[in-house]
Amino acid sequence: MSEQILEAGAASVGQPAVPKVGINQQSFSEKLKSYRRTPGSFLLLLLVILSAVVTLGVLFALIIYILVKGIPNIRPELFALEYTTDNVSMLPAMINTLIMTVLSLLMAVPLGIFSAIYTVEYAKRGNKLVGIVRVTAETLSGIPSIVYGLFGYLMFVLALHMNYSVLAGALTLAIMVLPTIMRTTEEALMSVPDSYREGSFGLGAGKLRTVFKIVLPPAMPGILSGVILSIGRIVGETAALIFTAGSVPTVTKGLLSSGRTLAVHMYCLLNEGLYTNQAYATAVVLLVLVLLINQASNLIARKFQGNAGEE
Amino acid sequence: MEIVFAVAACVSILAVVLICIFLFANGLPAIGKIGVSDFLLGMQWAPSSDLYGIFPMIVGSCYVTAGAILVGVPIGILCAIFLARFCPDRLYRIVKPAIELLAGIPSIVYGFFGLMVLVPIIQDLFKTNGKGILTASILLGIMILPTIISVSESAIRAVPESYYEGSLALGATHERSVFLAMLPAAKSGILAGVILGIGRAIGETMAVIMICGNQPLLPESALSGVRTMTANIVMEMGYATGLHREALIGTAVVLFVFILLINLCFSVIKRRASHE
Repeated sequence: MSEQILEAGAASVGQPAVPKVGINQQSFSEKLKSYRRTPGSFLLLLLVILSAVVTLGVLFALIIYILVKGIPNIRPELFALEYTTDNVSMLPAMINTLIMTVLSLLMAVPLGIFSAIYTVEYAKRGNKLVGIVRVTAETLSGIPSIVYGLFGYLMFVLALHMNYSVLAGALTLAIMVLPTIMRTTEEALMSVPDSYREGSFGLGAGKLRTVFKIVLPPAMPGILSGVILSIGRIVGETAALIFTAGSVPTVTKGLLSSGRTLAVHMYCLLNEGLYTNQAYATAVVLLVLVLLINQASNLIARKFQGNAGEE
Repeated sequence: MEIVFAVAACVSILAVVLICIFLFANGLPAIGKIGVSDFLLGMQWAPSSDLYGIFPMIVGSCYVTAGAILVGVPIGILCAIFLARFCPDRLYRIVKPAIELLAGIPSIVYGFFGLMVLVPIIQDLFKTNGKGILTASILLGIMILPTIISVSESAIRAVPESYYEGSLALGATHERSVFLAMLPAAKSGILAGVILGIGRAIGETMAVIMICGNQPLLPESALSGVRTMTANIVMEMGYATGLHREALIGTAVVLFVFILLINLCFSVIKRRASHE
């Protein structure tokens, strides 16, 4: 397909009547002709293109459906500061989501970064601890969110007597996003060239100063895109929060009281069955948030690659 | 300072240990009380009459996951092939973020979409209530697509270019070279992606609960409703007490063991893929 684009470029440069085609290129009609001799290959080509179209089609269908059905349902009373059963306002849930995200990240980000610093910068080759940490991180990233939810319920809500609270939810989510932050930070640290470290040591800096002043700054965009990925997971999480943070629909009164996030809010609306229109509006807000988060992550990742290209 | 970093690294180990301890300590006694075979193979789930058999739920989870694999794997692998070998650069810059977006959409939104779009379609087509294995399979198949696509794509990209060139030089077409020379070489990596997809599908909760019907019975056909292990936990945990609650935690233990086994398979196959 890229050849066709090249051809188009070549044709516009050459005489318009006879399209010029390079010695190792085929024109589109020649391609079609050669496919006639190999119908099996043509079928495979069609299947491949079809599956890509289906995948993208599903995504766009979902986005367009939610936007078309949801945007007319977005009304000012949905953003009232106080939740009542009349207005089913989602603003308190949005504030709770923000609190939940900040709290979880406050716990998970330092832990994840420090852990990655240990495995990449400090641990010697063949260190047994590093192997175990990698295996457990992989295990953690495979555990479904409902199991996290139940664990959070058993440990934080019951054993540590936090009741249904934002803190219990944030602790659960912090464990859940920890492997993501660890992995992206590890990758970012490993992509920093060794010459940086050697230069720093050569100038007499210690290990700690090298890590914080020399290695971390160029790794920052990579770490940041991991953090943003985690924000996406926290915003969209439902199953891990129902039994840890609870589903009180007002703004949380403190770290130890319950409050529902936006995704839990949507689940509760659907569960009650009376608020389909409001659920559409909530879905739009969630979808737009996820779109923005993804865009930000891509932007930072691209900047990261740009930086790496200059070096 | 090294100690601080080492301690931070140990947190993930601690987390896994704590999760195991809390789940097993709360779930295993209940399984023992109910009886291992009565719990795992019991056909009746009726907490009001103290019957806790989760066999229908295990079967439900397996059927739904198998359906998701049937829907998601062919499309996912073909789409990965498209991204790795067929997609022009300009299109790739649009398609790749779109696939990442597919992974980022919250499962509750998928569930809502399934409830509002897929369920009515199945209702019209088959004249049932629309909630069942088929609906859940299609939606889960869509949800595991990004996992399968991204793992398979990097597996295909890791195949040396010489395989493709050698096949072309022998007169094979582009498609033949990709499918018959490159794909077999990437099969371990693709299998790892499929296993990761199985893990996602079996653990999915919020989307499934809305569209699979949730009857705790053995399904009769692909259209009948089922309840998965994850749905069982979410639906009843809110009001369960006593042995009923412990039985739900026992359900989570069974699910957790499934996930651990799947993870084990994944890491074994991934190691094999990286050795090849």
